[in-house]
Amino acid sequence: MSSLLIKDLRKSYGGVEVLKNINLEAESGEFVALVGPSGCGKSTLLSMIAGLESVTSGEIRIEDRLVNDEAPKDRDIAMVFQSYALYPTMTVRENMSFGMESRRIPKAEQAETIARVAALLQIEPLLNRKPSQLSGGQRQRVAMGRALVRDPKLILFDEPLSNLDAKLRIEMRTEIKKLHQSVGKTTVYVTHDQIEAMTLASRIAVMYKGVLQQYDTPKTIYEQPVNKFVAGFMGSPNMNFLSATIGESDGARGVVLDGGDGAVLPLPEGRAGGLRPGQKVIFGVRPEHFSAPQEQRAERRGERSVIVSAMVDLIEPTGSETILMTRIAGQTAVVSCEPDDAPAEGAVIGLAVDMNKVCLFDPATELRL
Amino acid sequence: MRWLTDHTPQLVLIPTIAVTIAYVILFSVWTLWMSVSNSTLLPDTTYAGFGEYVRLWTSRRWTVAYQNLFLFGSLYVIGSLVVGTLLAILIDQRVKFESVWRTIFLYPLAISFIVTGTVWRWIFHPQTGVELALHDLGWISARFDWITDRDFALYVVVFTGIWHASGFAMALILAGLRSVDGDLVKAAQIDGASMPRTYRRVILPTIWPIFLAVAVVLLQFAIKTYDLVVALTQGGPGVATTVPAIVVYDLMFQRGQIAQGAAAAVMILVALALVLIPYALYTGWRARQQGDHHG
Amino acid sequence: MAEAAHIEFNPLATGSRRRQLTSKTIIYLCLTGFALMYLLPVVIIFLNTLRPLDAIVREGFIAWPESVTFSHWAEAWGSFCIGGTCEGVSRFYQNSLMMAVPATILSTAIGLVNGYILSKWRFKGANFIFGVVTLGVFLPAQMTLLPWAFVLGNLGLSNTISGLVLIHTIQGLSFTTLFCRNYFINIPDDLIKAARIDGAGFWRIFRRIILPLSPPILIVTVIWQFTGIWNEFLFGTVFTSGANQPITSAIVAFSGSGTGERHYNVEAAAVLMSAIPPLIIYLVGGKYFVRGLTQGAVK
Repeated sequence: MSSLLIKDLRKSYGGVEVLKNINLEAESGEFVALVGPSGCGKSTLLSMIAGLESVTSGEIRIEDRLVNDEAPKDRDIAMVFQSYALYPTMTVRENMSFGMESRRIPKAEQAETIARVAALLQIEPLLNRKPSQLSGGQRQRVAMGRALVRDPKLILFDEPLSNLDAKLRIEMRTEIKKLHQSVGKTTVYVTHDQIEAMTLASRIAVMYKGVLQQYDTPKTIYEQPVNKFVAGFMGSPNMNFLSATIGESDGARGVVLDGGDGAVLPLPEGRAGGLRPGQKVIFGVRPEHFSAPQEQRAERRGERSVIVSAMVDLIEPTGSETILMTRIAGQTAVVSCEPDDAPAEGAVIGLAVDMNKVCLFDPATELRL
Repeated sequence: MRWLTDHTPQLVLIPTIAVTIAYVILFSVWTLWMSVSNSTLLPDTTYAGFGEYVRLWTSRRWTVAYQNLFLFGSLYVIGSLVVGTLLAILIDQRVKFESVWRTIFLYPLAISFIVTGTVWRWIFHPQTGVELALHDLGWISARFDWITDRDFALYVVVFTGIWHASGFAMALILAGLRSVDGDLVKAAQIDGASMPRTYRRVILPTIWPIFLAVAVVLLQFAIKTYDLVVALTQGGPGVATTVPAIVVYDLMFQRGQIAQGAAAAVMILVALALVLIPYALYTGWRARQQGDHHG
Repeated sequence: MAEAAHIEFNPLATGSRRRQLTSKTIIYLCLTGFALMYLLPVVIIFLNTLRPLDAIVREGFIAWPESVTFSHWAEAWGSFCIGGTCEGVSRFYQNSLMMAVPATILSTAIGLVNGYILSKWRFKGANFIFGVVTLGVFLPAQMTLLPWAFVLGNLGLSNTISGLVLIHTIQGLSFTTLFCRNYFINIPDDLIKAARIDGAGFWRIFRRIILPLSPPILIVTVIWQFTGIWNEFLFGTVFTSGANQPITSAIVAFSGSGTGERHYNVEAAAVLMSAIPPLIIYLVGGKYFVRGLTQGAVK
């Protein structure tokens, strides 16, 4: 039985369709991240799951029950808002008990639940404070506590970490993950931050322009993006897209970078099927899939890498890694390398490209080939 | 049941919507209709055309009232803004007991026009006020009888109006002064601008929307002015201080010319619309402009 | 809002000590001058409530009281003759209270709910309704006199305080709805969404979330409604007469008429008395008074 099932869901305002034919399914206990740039429809989708927006057509089922027309309170869900939406005139305890009061849960049971959740989130000392007396991280915890006391079938998060500073965000990210592991609730988590999605989710739904582009595990989304948008959106720094043409060398298909020396970069076996020589492609390679030739990273795994030459324009040390702005075959490419291996600006270096990791896209449809 | 919970907001609103719409639209249409009807002492719904408007605009009492409104309105608005700005700037100089000063300058707004008008009538009237006091001091030839002088009585109304409203202008302008970015003032000081110049060239120009807003509110007060004049001069001497609102009351309830009174009321509405519609359009336009700028 | 950000720079703290001193002196002189201008009229009238009538008639209002008596206040309150009855202003005072208190409570209460709906439960046509409500704020009273006369006549409320309560409640609705709506619009919508997910309905959200957040706007609205209704004159004059008038109309009725012997000292006491309730509210709720002013005019 799936915990959440979304079937052919559409949403339009007036004549404008903001969600187009969304299909999504979450198993019980799963952590689903909805990710995409702003305006992609992810928040609308979450609001529709919550019952705060009406459904234009399609179905939303929570534990097999059709909830399209049910009020939010009848859906057995909880939600954590970006602004936390803690009731400012109530104490933390009252914030947490408000929903249970609405449900007429006996006082003793309320107190017991609050005590349990407060212990879980380590917010017991805060129970009698007002939201205005809490720090950002504490408010975040209380907002989650309010969601958990309800013991809902589904917890929805709407960009819950975006109001926190960078350091706290990473801390809270870990806490959310731990929390999910201990309570095991099915969770839908909206974010625009692909790192949050990668670290937290068991499955990621990448959305763009109202369309669900890909719905899969983080590993698959990262390694086998269905199209150029997903490939470019996930990963930081972004994947490099170089224009290229399919060529042939010694009977094997390979890629020839446009504007380069014409060398054919051989593709691994099984990757060249369906490609014809002369076909235009987009050659996608992530910054971390370049390495110094002597490292032989791919070869140590029994795979192949090919060497390309790159002109280093600029280096940007970030501490843990160094980012090189380079030109490969005259096209700009971003390369990440070990700080100790960083070349000088202006140098011409050889880079090993991990050929098993590259992605090829059709320039017209932008789909992965 | 579901339908009922879903539509609670609308259901709750319906009575008040009905009442408000009736109040705003029906009442306006009603008075409009009365103005083109045959009504005299009693309302009469027979259509009679726009004759009452013509008679209204040819009556001297009304044209004088309209002229008075223009003179009073402009002097009252300008005067209140000037005094209000001056008071706001004085208070903005980090003076001690700021709230005491503010309380003193603003309290006239809390008391009614009737009290204001009555108090100032006693002070301005030659038989009770300043003139008599000067006589008692031995200055027998002293004259201060503006309130009974056809040519000057309107300025007494203007003065009293400013006394009543300048605190209002002060409060809003002071709030505006406080909202000006402090760095702007520092920059002007470093550029060597004197304090008066800083106010004139830097601070006041940045808060001009507040001046506009205050001017519009005051103009609205001016157009609706009634109680103040009744308490102060009762429109006299003669018709020297008569304003449109007084004419409306007289026509409707004293002279039994309901149709013409309604026509006069419609003219007050027109005057208000002439002030408020351009202002509403302008603020709407400006909000859109700013919206565009902020993306 | 605007009061929060204050210019942290004091232009007067620059320049030589002597220049600073001169400017400070000029500023305080100006302020004192204006303050006298604002306070003197009321002080003068107050002093005259303490003076005997013959002294006022002889010397006018502007003179120092030589003998002082508070009896005129008592006379103005309880035994002064206005329009044939000799009950002083106490009766009219009561009328004004009976008019202003219910009208304030009713218009504020309804305005709160209206504002809540128009800001937090927006539906198709909500903007149109809000537009009409806003127009009601600007509609001049003169446009409504004839219809009110008809409505009050048919309801049998002519020359009653209840009639004035009705007028001021409906008139005030526009104002209170506008104020409350503009205040509630700044409450984050997420709060309402969270409460809906928590299972709260329309009235529960109002009672538990909106009302606890309302005191600032409630005070502003009550202050302005009460002051406005208490001070109102036109409707009181047109729709009531004799013993049913509110205080403002009564004052004009006796101090404005030029016939008979004038009792300036008693009249002065009555006039000041009529100003006391709004003045007390102003002095107690001054902060909110100014806040209402800024919100009402700038937004």
